[in-house]
This record gives sequence, structure tokens and C-alpha cells, in this order.
Amino acid sequence: MVDYSENLIEIRDLMYSRGARVIFKDMNLTIKRGEVTALMGPSGTGKTTLLRLITRQLIPQQGAIFVNGVDIASLNQRDLYSLRQRFGMLFQNGALLTDINVFENVAFPLREHTKLSNRLIRHVVLTKLHAVGLRGAADMMPAELSGGMARRVALARAMVMDPDILIYDEPFVGLDPISMGVIVRLVRRMNDALGITSIIVSHDVAEVSTVADRSYLISDGKVAASGSPDELSAAKSELVRQFMHGMADGPVAFHFEAPDYAEQLLGRDSE
Amino acid sequence: MKGLLRDIYNNVLEFVRTFGAFQLFFLRIIRHSPRIVLRRPGLVIKQIHNTGALSLVIIMVCGFFVGGVLGLQGYSNLARFNAEDSVGTVVALALIKELGPVITALLFAGRAGTALSSEIGLMKATDQLSAMEMMAVNPVRRVLVPRFLGGVVAMPLLVAIFTCTGLFGAHVVAVDLLSVDVGAFWQQMQLSVDIKDIREGVLKSFVFGIVASLLAVWEGYNAIPTAEGVGRATTRTVVITAISVLILDFMITAVML
Ligand SMILES: Nc1ncnc2c1ncn2[C@@H]1O[C@H](COP(=O)(O)OP(=O)(O)O)[C@@H](O)[C@H]1O
Ligand SMILES: [Mg+2]
Repeated sequence: MVDYSENLIEIRDLMYSRGARVIFKDMNLTIKRGEVTALMGPSGTGKTTLLRLITRQLIPQQGAIFVNGVDIASLNQRDLYSLRQRFGMLFQNGALLTDINVFENVAFPLREHTKLSNRLIRHVVLTKLHAVGLRGAADMMPAELSGGMARRVALARAMVMDPDILIYDEPFVGLDPISMGVIVRLVRRMNDALGITSIIVSHDVAEVSTVADRSYLISDGKVAASGSPDELSAAKSELVRQFMHGMADGPVAFHFEAPDYAEQLLGRDSE
Repeated sequence: MKGLLRDIYNNVLEFVRTFGAFQLFFLRIIRHSPRIVLRRPGLVIKQIHNTGALSLVIIMVCGFFVGGVLGLQGYSNLARFNAEDSVGTVVALALIKELGPVITALLFAGRAGTALSSEIGLMKATDQLSAMEMMAVNPVRRVLVPRFLGGVVAMPLLVAIFTCTGLFGAHVVAVDLLSVDVGAFWQQMQLSVDIKDIREGVLKSFVFGIVASLLAVWEGYNAIPTAEGVGRATTRTVVITAISVLILDFMITAVML
């Protein structure tokens, strides 16, 4: 038996493909309660897809995903929704609702799921907006925000229900160094003070190293390496070294699958 | 030959599959509707306002001119039989039974339907619907149902407005320009328009409201989540709604005869 009290999320023998393209095959991965776990990997390996599988926005063809020891494939809609209320998710591009302003975006989960008074909602929302430094933007519409600001608002919205698990998809992209530092510290602080389990998808090796307890390097549909940031940077494996130190040549192809370059340039049209 | 048969087979299969999915979608929308009406009427009212206000001006302008042209045509045709006084009846029957519901539905598809499809499609393309899913909010219930209901309620109102401005347009042309007797215009209309005719128009406006709104939210919800996909879904909304409305109009008319 697995010790569920320690492992919050367990992925076992996961297989997932889109059409003919296999994205994960025999993938096994564990996320420990109370830790900051980083999922790293070259773009297009399926990190976002993995997050969608963990939250059952997608369903795997084979294998199982356990959250708190429960196979999420077995949940009915009601149980799934009550599980999701314990998740907070930051989407890659923010995914703010475009027809309501920043304040209402952050208030949205509260208005949908609680009967709090307007006064209390106002208090909670402004506190969360303050934490990401955007209390002053409360009346702006999402279209008026820059990409980095939108992601910070989305972070405030992800935190507003006080979730147990926070999932961040590429949270550092498009942030200036100052907000980056603030957000990194915020992630760490929520983890330490509130006992939140965090999952961060990123390919920003340097930032991740400062915040993650454990990192998984995903490549070719599998976990290629795992360990603490220090262990990974010290790793001997060529693949890990290529990724951690940003080299173009190595086991991870920089190029998407393609026919031979010379042949394609020189060859006649196949018609 | 074999290839052709296979193509036909595949197309028929695809059609049946899509049509089945569409019916299931309809049931899903209907199943969530009572709850939204009872618990979140504000959402529906906001959508009635959105769709209604979007189409109001275009409905009134078009209604006026359609009524006007019916007045002109009716007058010149009836004048051959010295029956100009019946122009009010002819215009009223045409508007109430046919042109009111049909043209309103077509304009609705072009104005409000496309707006609904592209709005929902864009929400999908920018992960807003997924974000709702992740916040444990069902996007079908929160986004699609209020928009569907808004359209269903707005359509009969718009048809009524279209028909009234149409009658006004016909009055301006026939009475003010062509000097048909104003008493005859209205009295003939009153005598010959039956409650049965009005019932037919109302029935049509409800059916078209359901069809046009359902197709608009369906196309938006199933749009391929890219800029191009949303554009294509928007176009499909207009084309498919127009075809469905005209076919249904024929069927309802045949049954009601
Ligand atoms: N909706 C989709 N339809 C088909 N293929 C997709 C879709 N979304 C993602 N993919 C494919 O799945 C792979 C993984 O995508 P993604 O999870 O977004 O990668 P990452 O987040 O690691 O950059 C990519 O190769 C992409 O082409
Ligand atoms: Mg991604």
C-alpha cells in the first residue's frame, strides 16, 4: 500500500495520446503533500496536458491518477467539482473572464460558491489583490492588463478560495524581475505558512531552483529525471545537463520531428 | 464507385452522429434551465437585455421597410381588382404569419447569433471555459444556459416589435402616401385577421427562438479553439440557422394549414 498521507498526487502507468501522437507513455510521478514540485521540460512535451490530466479536464487512455488516494476517473461530477474547489489553478495565459473587471474576476469563485456578504467579499478580494500588488487595478478590465499583470490577477483568483493545492502553468513568463521575485516569494510563503501543496510548470531553470523542493524533468512522454534542484544540476545524465544548462545539442532535439533537412530543401516536390 | 459509396456512407454517419450530439446538447441545456431561471434569474435577464438590445435597431429599421414594401406591392396588385382597401389585411397576414417570425429570425441569427457564437468560441479559445471548470463552475450552466434562455425570450419580443413597426411602415405608405382610407385600412384588418393567424406567428417565433439560440451556443461551444475556428463557427451559425428556420417555417405552415 502507498502512504497516502504523504503522497498527495500519484500518477501510475499513465498513457495519453492525441490522435496518433503519443504524449505520455508509462509515466509514473508522485507529488508530495506540502512540497513545491516543479515540472520542467522542453516546450511541447505535454506539461500543460499533464496538468489537465491531473485535474481531469482530460482523461487518460490508460493508467490512473490518484488524488488523496482516490482514483479521479471514478469521481462523478459532484465529487469532481468538490475536489476542484480544493484546487487553485493558474492558466498559462491567465484565462480571466473578459466581460467582468479585475475585482469581479477575483470575486467570481466566492460569488459562485459562498454566500458571503458583499463587505466580506470586498475584504477578501482586496487582500488577495494586494498580495499580488494589483489592488490599484481592481477596476480595470482584463483587456487593459499586460500579460504579466493578467497572470498576477489570475494568481489572486486562484488563491481566493484558500485551496489546498495550487497549480501554476508557466507563472514566470512575461514577469519583470521585480514581480518575479515577489511572486516566487509569495509561492514559497503560501507553501510554508499555509501548508499548500504547489505544482509549478516552468522551463525557467534558475527561478525554479530557488523555489522548488523537488523537480521532475519530463521528456519523451516520461519522467527523465527527478530530484532536488541541486541534485538535478549536478546530474551526470546528458539529457539533464542539456536541459539544465540550456544547450542546443544533446539528446533532446531542439527541432520538432521533421524529414531530413537537406533532403527536404533539395528534393523536388513530392507531387 | 466504391470510393463514392464509402464517402456517402461516411458523410451520412457523420451527419447522424452530429445530429445525435446536438439533441443530447439540447437536453443538457434544458435540464439545467429550471435551476438557472429559479436561482440566477439575473443572469438570464442580463442576456435578454444583451441579445434584445443588440438586435433592436436593426429589427425596427428592417420591419419598417419590409412593411413599407408590402404596402407598395399590396396596393399595386390589389388595385388591379379594385381592392386597395384590403391592403391592410394582406400586409398584416403576411407579417404576422410569415415575414415577422422568419425575417426576425434571420436578422437575429446575423446579429445576436453571431455575437453569441463568437463570444462563446473566444471564451473557449482563451481557456475561460476551462478556468470555470477548474473553479468548479459548470460552463454549460453558467455561460450557455443563460445565453440560450435570453435568446428564447428575446425572439418573440423582437418578432412582436418587427411586426408592429412593419404595420406602421405599411400604414405610412398606404394611408399617408397612397391615400388608402385609414378607416378601411384598419377595419378590414381587424375583421379578417383571426386569432388562429396570431397563434401561428407566435408558435413560429418561439420555435425559431429556440432553434436560433440553440444553434448559436452550440456552434460557439463546439468551435475549434483558434481565431480561424471561431470565425468559421460564426459563419456556420448564420448559414445553418437560415436553412433550419426556412425548412421549419415550411413544415409548421404545412401542419397549421
Ligand atoms: N487541443 C490540442 N489538439 C491537438 N494537439 C494538442 C492540443 N493541445 C496540445 N496539443 C499537442 O500536445 C503536445 C503537448 O502540448 P502542451 O501540453 O501544451 O505542451 P507544453 O505545455 O509542455 O508546452 C504538443 O505537441 C501539442 O502539439
Ligand atoms: Mg504549456
